[in-house]
Amino acid sequence: MSHPNDELLITDAAGRAETGVPLLSVRDLHVTFSSEAGDVRAVRGVSYDLHPGEVLGIVGESGSGKSVSSMAVLGLLPDNARVTGSVQLAGRELLGLSDRAMSKVRGKDIAMVFQDPLSALTPVFTVGDQIIEALTVHQNLGKEAARKRALELLDVVGIPDPQRRFKNFPHEFSGGMRQRVMIAMAIANDPKVILCDEPTTALDVTIQAQILEALKNAQALTGAAILMITHDLGVVAGFADKVTVMYAGRPVESGAVDEIYYRPRMPYTIGLLGSIPRLDESSEQRRPLTPIEGTPPSMVGLPDACPFVARCPIAVEVCHSSEPELLPAGPGSHPSACHRRADLAGGTIPVDGVFPVPKIPAAPLDALPRADRATVLEVKGLHKHFPLMRGAVFKRRVGTVRAVDGISFDIREGETLGLVGESGCGKTTTLMEILELVAPQAGSVAVFGREAANLSGRERMEMRKDIQVVFQDPMASLDPRMPVGEAIAEPLRTHGWSAEKSRARVEELLKLVGLEPYHAERFPREFSGGQRQRICVARALALNPKVVILDEPVSALDVSIQAGVINLLDELRAKLGLSYLFVAHDLSVVRHIADRVAVMYLGRIVEIGDVASVFRAPSHPYTQALLSAIPLPDPHKERERTRILLPGDLPSPANVPSGCRFRDRCFKYASLNAAEQEKCRDEDPMIVARPGREDHATACHFADALEVV
Amino acid sequence: MSIPIIDSGQTPDVLGEGPAAPSVQGGRARLVWRRFRRNRLAMVGLVGLVLLFVFAFAGGHLTHWGPADNDFLNTQTGPSSDHFFGTDDAGHDMFAQTVSGMQKSLIIGLFVAALSTGTAGLLGTAAAYFGGWWDRAIVWLTDLFLVVPSLLMLIILSPYFQGSNWIILIPMIALFNWMITSRVVRGMTLTVREREFVRAARYMGVPSWTIIRRHILPNISSILIVDFTLNVGAAIITESFLSFLGFGIRTPDVSLGTVIDDGSNFASTDQWYLFVFPASFLVLLILCVNFMGDGLRDALDPNSTGGSAR
Repeated sequence: MSHPNDELLITDAAGRAETGVPLLSVRDLHVTFSSEAGDVRAVRGVSYDLHPGEVLGIVGESGSGKSVSSMAVLGLLPDNARVTGSVQLAGRELLGLSDRAMSKVRGKDIAMVFQDPLSALTPVFTVGDQIIEALTVHQNLGKEAARKRALELLDVVGIPDPQRRFKNFPHEFSGGMRQRVMIAMAIANDPKVILCDEPTTALDVTIQAQILEALKNAQALTGAAILMITHDLGVVAGFADKVTVMYAGRPVESGAVDEIYYRPRMPYTIGLLGSIPRLDESSEQRRPLTPIEGTPPSMVGLPDACPFVARCPIAVEVCHSSEPELLPAGPGSHPSACHRRADLAGGTIPVDGVFPVPKIPAAPLDALPRADRATVLEVKGLHKHFPLMRGAVFKRRVGTVRAVDGISFDIREGETLGLVGESGCGKTTTLMEILELVAPQAGSVAVFGREAANLSGRERMEMRKDIQVVFQDPMASLDPRMPVGEAIAEPLRTHGWSAEKSRARVEELLKLVGLEPYHAERFPREFSGGQRQRICVARALALNPKVVILDEPVSALDVSIQAGVINLLDELRAKLGLSYLFVAHDLSVVRHIADRVAVMYLGRIVEIGDVASVFRAPSHPYTQALLSAIPLPDPHKERERTRILLPGDLPSPANVPSGCRFRDRCFKYASLNAAEQEKCRDEDPMIVARPGREDHATACHFADALEVV
Repeated sequence: MSIPIIDSGQTPDVLGEGPAAPSVQGGRARLVWRRFRRNRLAMVGLVGLVLLFVFAFAGGHLTHWGPADNDFLNTQTGPSSDHFFGTDDAGHDMFAQTVSGMQKSLIIGLFVAALSTGTAGLLGTAAAYFGGWWDRAIVWLTDLFLVVPSLLMLIILSPYFQGSNWIILIPMIALFNWMITSRVVRGMTLTVREREFVRAARYMGVPSWTIIRRHILPNISSILIVDFTLNVGAAIITESFLSFLGFGIRTPDVSLGTVIDDGSNFASTDQWYLFVFPASFLVLLILCVNFMGDGLRDALDPNSTGGSAR
């Protein structure tokens, strides 16, 4: 370890752990739900200690029991749940307390921040009233005192102009602001423990950075311990002191952050770490991700075996016959639940060799320089404005929503362009405009040099063969009442394939995406998320398209599943010479899969270029902020980084600022002198090539490269 | 259009007949049929319906009495070997009357249900899917029919149809029966239309009517099936009511509705057989249709356990 500061921090945390009395102590917690299929053992023996001021991260994929275990601590599970074990808060047993007694604990000693801040706030009360309620339920406060304290709290969590916002309703707040209100309510009574259940999952990255900052401030202020439940290994790396990895209802590894990230002793943790695309990977050493094959086991009737055995590449006989205990591999080492922990610790099995690295063939087109390849999709000056109407009888136009406001890019053969930006920046509208294949309001869309605007109906139909789409949510984009074979055959049938031919093609496609031909007769609900997304990919590829538009294709999937789908997309691109337009909000994924990247802000592309130059030397302040906001799954790097925190939220596209549209959130603008600021205010910056760069352009008057990753 | 039209007691055609050609692939149709066959009650309903058709169209051969014949020697007699279901006060053979009534009621019930559910499905989905002027025009038409008192209209219209074939009853009843379902269907289509799989199909180049038939109708099929099964019974009752008003089926022709209507006064007397026999056939018919409807709904719905292999 080369960072003395970090070591200090860890010993500090460890020191506390040894001396102090645990604040929250959970021992052998079991939660079982009765269901028609049998008992679902959602949590099977969770134990941890949480000391004052400590942050414990619980990491796991959906269904691993991480949320259920925290709900059990709060006594918020439904009646059909059987909870056994022990939960002690400062020596007092919480399990078995009546609901009334628990109500005195909830919100006072243990507070909770939920994932979805919209449903966690009551829509019919003002934000101020809700905070006052949280205060007066547990404290004997006068009206004026409560109001004063609530305003203070809003200020603490970083809500600007609390006096005015106090009287607003939740729907008048953005997602990030609502989450701040939730944090304000959580710390209202100086709780000893704050439980955060995926507090930033529903938010954009720059907002996530703001919220994590607000949580840190709140913790510093109250000295509370935080239990952070998340699936995001990046968030935990920078935020937590200790980590517990959960799988199939059990903790499979737990220890200090650095231990888990740098010396994992359980194949599942190793697999998770290997399956996340890294923002900090260099393009020279771009290697395929290592997906964890298979899916988590069903929680009904688990046999006495390691639950991970079916997905584990280093499983031996004993793994099939007994479930490993959570034990340390040796003295001074952190506990993990793996029969082969000693081999992993001793180096008999190299940690980075546990999962075989899949071979992704090189695309023949990669050798060809970009300029020599044919242009597959060209978008020029695309606009999409929506009128904003008001009035019931006589509708009049009161404004314009500039969803897409003049964007241009092109995609060459065999190339992947990543289109990134936060929600509301116009990514999806851009896609829809391209996919409609009609004349846009302004600008043009051309596929293989043919303008979509002047196509006849028949020609447009022909063109649809070349351009296909995969949507974000694989459940929503497959008709639940249509067998998957028929769903895959639909484009074929539409374009006049015979039943015989399309059946053969469906079989071929299913094999291509790693499924079995007999799957064709099943309904989508019988498949897991990753498999469903593979089906969607198969459907998109049915007609041998040239361009596939991928609208956040992996953001709805768990990390370990996501890696498999990303590898599949990579492989198909190489095999079939496809071009992708890859829309995502996750820059790490784009970093991994794309050749070029375009960053969108408020309907415009603010920076575009090849991945290496944009990620290594981002020159638009927004790109810099965006990149710096993404947490890295690497505790050392994460602690060293400084975040560029953007103030406020994405402005509404109905009310675009004059001049540079980013200026009112721009940290660079604040540092400029008056003359320069005027330029930003008055002149809309055009996107111009960076001097000395072949493929890198940016739309900023004062563009300057800054390394942030 | 595309509702489970169970015509002539044959295999239920899942996709039905619509403006677009029925699915050629047969993949889903085969799967749905297999799931339907696994459902025992649904098969009971199907066989029962076939038997009812056989009874209605061949049952007349079991007795030498015709529905209009009067046996003046045996008026108001109970069930016997000569008159299986007894006779009424005019000496009509109740068995012959039930058989003859069944013929018309089966046709009226099933066809009215098919027509009115079909109209509701067609107009409701079209309004929601196409939106714009289509939507406005169809909703306006629906509301118009809702506010016009249907009974009054039928009475006003009846002189024009006096003496015409009873088949005219089918469109007449259906015409005033589709509106509420149509509005419900429109609402459901509005939500299905926004789902990504519909958008995916559109970007594949699938024609609108095919999207409606292939994606939207199966996803709202539950409401259509329930509506269809309810309509069968309602149509038979409405028909008897119209016949009472003097248009539709008139003596000497009979329908199950009129036979039940005539017999209903005797339900709790010692001439119970005048009511119980025809009424139980109505109950049987509706039960069969309901069983089939439930089976079809489960077969179409992948979330139900009824159709999946055990």
